[in-house]
Amino acid sequence: MTSYTDKIREISKRLLKEGKVDMVIGFTKGSVPMMNQPMFAKNQGDVDNLVWDSNCGINLANYVTGRTEKIGIVAKGCDSRNLAVHIVENKIKREQLYIIGVPCKGMIDRHKLAAIVPGEIESIEENEDGKTITVSGNGFSQDFDRNSILQENCALCMHRNPVIYDELIAEEVPEQTREDIDLYAAVSKIENMAPEEKWAYFEELFSDCIRCYACRNACPLCYCPTCFVDESKPQWLGKSIDPADIRMFHFLRAYHCAGRCTDCGACVRSCPVGINVRTLTKKLEKDCLEFFGWEAGMTTEERPPLDTYRPDDPEQFIK
Amino acid sequence: MQNPYLPYPVRIDDITVETEDKSLKTFKFVFLNPGDEEKFAYQAGQFAELSIAGLGEIPIGIASSPTEKGFVKFTVFKTGKVTSYLHAMKEGDIMGIRGPMGNSYPWDQLKGKTVVIIGGGFAFTTLRSSIVYMLHPDNRSNFKDIHVIYGARSPGMLLYKDELMAWAQRDDINMHITVDGTDDPEWKYHKGFVPAITEQVAPPGNADTYAIICGPPIMIKFTQPVLDKLDYSHDKIIMSLENRMKCGIGICGHCNIGKELVCKDGPVFTLEQLNQTPKEY
Amino acid sequence: MKVIKIDKSELDAGLEKLEKSFRLIGPVKEKNYYAFKELKPGQKPDLGFSNSRLSAKSIVYPQSEVMFEYSLDRNDEKYAILEEPARSYQPRAIIGIRPCDADAYEIVRRNFDTPEYKDSYWLKNYEATTLVGLACKNPGATCFCTSAHSGPFSEKNLDVMLVENNDHYLGRLLTEKGEKLAETAGWTTTAAADDTFENLKQEAESKIKSKVSTDNLASQSLIALHEAESAIWETEAVSCINCGTCTHACPTCWCFDVQDETYGKSGVRMRNWDSCMYPLFTVHASGHNPRGTKIGRVRQRFMHKLKYYVDKYEKGIQCTGCGRCVRLCPVNIDIRRICNKMNSFDPETSSCEVAS
Repeated sequence: MTSYTDKIREISKRLLKEGKVDMVIGFTKGSVPMMNQPMFAKNQGDVDNLVWDSNCGINLANYVTGRTEKIGIVAKGCDSRNLAVHIVENKIKREQLYIIGVPCKGMIDRHKLAAIVPGEIESIEENEDGKTITVSGNGFSQDFDRNSILQENCALCMHRNPVIYDELIAEEVPEQTREDIDLYAAVSKIENMAPEEKWAYFEELFSDCIRCYACRNACPLCYCPTCFVDESKPQWLGKSIDPADIRMFHFLRAYHCAGRCTDCGACVRSCPVGINVRTLTKKLEKDCLEFFGWEAGMTTEERPPLDTYRPDDPEQFIK
Repeated sequence: MQNPYLPYPVRIDDITVETEDKSLKTFKFVFLNPGDEEKFAYQAGQFAELSIAGLGEIPIGIASSPTEKGFVKFTVFKTGKVTSYLHAMKEGDIMGIRGPMGNSYPWDQLKGKTVVIIGGGFAFTTLRSSIVYMLHPDNRSNFKDIHVIYGARSPGMLLYKDELMAWAQRDDINMHITVDGTDDPEWKYHKGFVPAITEQVAPPGNADTYAIICGPPIMIKFTQPVLDKLDYSHDKIIMSLENRMKCGIGICGHCNIGKELVCKDGPVFTLEQLNQTPKEY
Repeated sequence: MKVIKIDKSELDAGLEKLEKSFRLIGPVKEKNYYAFKELKPGQKPDLGFSNSRLSAKSIVYPQSEVMFEYSLDRNDEKYAILEEPARSYQPRAIIGIRPCDADAYEIVRRNFDTPEYKDSYWLKNYEATTLVGLACKNPGATCFCTSAHSGPFSEKNLDVMLVENNDHYLGRLLTEKGEKLAETAGWTTTAAADDTFENLKQEAESKIKSKVSTDNLASQSLIALHEAESAIWETEAVSCINCGTCTHACPTCWCFDVQDETYGKSGVRMRNWDSCMYPLFTVHASGHNPRGTKIGRVRQRFMHKLKYYVDKYEKGIQCTGCGRCVRLCPVNIDIRRICNKMNSFDPETSSCEVAS
C-alpha cells in the first residue's frame, strides 16, 4: 500500500504544481484505527498527509457535489462509478475533475473486525505480503487473511478498478466475476422468505436505528437540498424513533437510490450501530441488473433506467 | 413540580385582518381558566409560544400591552405550517398559550429617558405593546419624549392603522409614519424608507436617549449606520431578535447565538451585547 | 463513608432483592454491542463490558418522549387541550453505569434544572434513578476522561461506586440513596478500604493515555475562536458529513425538537433528540438559515461544548471524555484535536499549536 500512497502524493503534487487542480480530495491517516479521514489537499505540504490503505471506505464522490473548483480526486472503483453518476446527474462536470484512479483491493470491515477481536483495536498493520493483516490491542495480536475481513460489498465487488479516470496509480487488479462470487446470495435468501418472515427480518434489521442519518449523509447519491424526511410542508414522516417512521425512511431512501447505487458500502461503514443498510439497496441493484441489464455508474453517457422514459416502454401505466 | 411546557388553554375571542394582503391577522385570546391571566403577567417586549394541538408551537411577540386587561393579543404573519393553520382558525376555537417568555425591553433603564421607536413591516407588534404601555396615564410621566418611526411597503400594509392615526393626533408622542410608496393622494404622512426618515426626524443620540429597533434585516442593516451618524452609542440601541425556537425557556438548544439563548437571555439585546456574539441570527 | 463488599457469587442474589423495589437497568450485549436496557425479571447486567455503544443518557432523557396528549374530537370536553399523561416514576437503578456517563448527568442537569425553569420530565426521571457506578479498570484508547473533569474512578453524581476487586466488588455508598439501595439488596458494610480504592484508581488513571488541554479555553476570546475559520473550522469541517452520530452518541448533548403527532382524532406532543449538525435545526420559517453552512454547524457543536458552556457555567467543558464521538464519527472528526486547537489558538497569529 505504501507504493499507492507514494504514487498518490506524487501525482497530487504534480497536479497542484502545474495548477491543473485547485485541490486534491483524498484520505489522511485517521486518529483512530480503521478511520481514515477525507481531506482536501490544497498545497504541497498538505499532500504529504495523503495516504492510502485498507481503511479508505468512505466514498469521496460525496465531497464533490455541486463544487465549482477544479478537483483532483482519489477514486477507487466505486468512487469512480459515483463520480460517473454525479456527472450524469449534473452534480459535477467531467472537465472539472482529474480522477486519480486507484485499483482497489477492498476495504476492511471495521464493524466486523471490532466484533471478532477480544478487545479494543489499537493498531492495524497491513503486512507486506498484501494478503494478511495484523490487528492488535491491549493484550492481543491476531493475524487475519485480508480477504476474510473485507466489507461485504468489497467481497462482492466486480468493479474494483476505476471505471473512469485520468490516471491510474497502479496496474489494474484482477476483477472478480459472477463465476467467482455469488453476488446476490443474501438477497435471494430474503426473497425466499415468507412475507411474515421477511417483515420480521426487516423489523429486526432496523431495530437499533437512532435516525442519525449517517447512512444518508455518507451517501453520494443523497444530495437533495431538502431530504424528504426533513420536509415540513408537507411533513411526510414523524421525527421520533417510531419503527414505522424509521422503516419508511430507510425504504424510501433505498428506492431513491435504485439504479444509482454502486454498492460502495459507505452507508454501512458510517452507521454507528452497525445496520446493514445495503440489504435494501442490494436488492434494487439486483432488480436493475435483471430487469434493465443496468449497473450504476458504468457510463457517463446514459441516465439510470428509473429516471428515463422511452416511447417503446413495455409498461402500459406510463403511456 | 410545575410543567413548564404546558400551555394555558385559551379561546380565540376576536380576529382582525390587519393588512390588505391578509397575510397578517391579530388574534385576541382570553384565558379559559380563571387565574391564568394573572400567571401570564408580562412586560412589553416579551413573547409567548402559541400552541395548537396537532400542529405545534410558534414563538410570537406579545402585541397587547400589560396595561390592557382581560385578554392578550398577538399579530401573526402567515408563513409556516402552524401560522397557516392559525390563520384558518375561527373565533371561539380553543388553543394554548405558553409564556410569557424572554426578557422585555429594559423598562427600568428607560425610565426618565427619551425613547425612539423604529419599526418596519410586521415587526411592530411588541413595539405596539410598548407604545400602549408608555402612553398609559399611569406610565407616561415615566418617560421623556417618545418618537415613533414606523414604515411599511404601502398604507395597506401598516399594522394597527386606527391606533396609528389616533396616536398621530396626540401631542405626547411624535409619530412619523411612512410608506415606501403610495399613489394615494390623501396620504398625509411620510414617503420613504425607514432609515431615511430616521435620519430626518430622530433626535440625536445622548445619554438620555434610547432607540428600540425592530424590523426586517434590510431595514436594520441600513438604520444602524444612521444611528451611528446620529451619535447613538451601541448600549443605547436596543434590538429584538428572532431565531428558530422550540421550548422558549432556554432548554432545547435551538436558538443560541454564542452562549446567549435568544429565547431566555433575549430576545431583547443591546447592539453592544450583540457586538460580542456571533452573528448567527 | 460506608463501604460494602459483594462477593461476585452473591451479586445476583442482591440484584434479585433489588428487583422487587427497583426497575433495574444495566448493560446488556445485543448483537455486537452493549446497551443500557431495562432488565427483564431475572436478567442480569453484563458487567464485563467496556462501555456501552451509545451513552446512558437515554435512560433519563429518552430519544423520543411523549410530553402531552390531546384529543381533536370536537365532542370531547377536553378538545384541543394538552394534558400530561399519567406516568409512573417508580424507583429505578442503573447498575454498572460508567463514571463518565454519570458525570454527564451533572453537566446536562445545568441545562434542564435552572433557577427559572425546571424540565419536569428530565428531573422526575433523574430523581427516580439511583446510579450504581462501575469504576473503569480498563479505559479505552479514546477515553480522555481525566482531562474532562471526570475519570475512571470519578464518583461525581453517583450514589454507589462499585469497583471490581478479584473475586468481589467493593462499593462506596456515596449518598443516602445509595445506602438505601445497598440495604435493600442486603449488601453489608465492611471496613473502609481506602488504600485499595486509591491503588486501583491510580492504576486505572495511569492507563489513560489520551489527554486534552482545556486550561486556556475560558480565557480565549469567544469571538476570536468563532472567527478562527482558517485556523480551525475550515479544515475541521472538510470531512464532516453533517450526520448526527456525534450528538446522538454523546452523553452531554441535550438538544431536542418538539413535534405533534396526530393519529386519527387524538395525538401526542412529543420531544425527540435533535442535532445541531442538521441544517433544519436553525432554519427560520421564512427560509433564512442563520447557520446555513457546514462550517457553521461544525463550529457550533464544538464551540458549544468547549467555549459557550465553559463561559456560561464556569464549570469546565461540556464533555466527560467518554470518547464515543471519536470512535463513532464515520469521518474521523476528533474532539480531542479540536479541543487542543481551540485551547492553543493564538488570535495574534491566527494559528494553533496543534497540527491538523
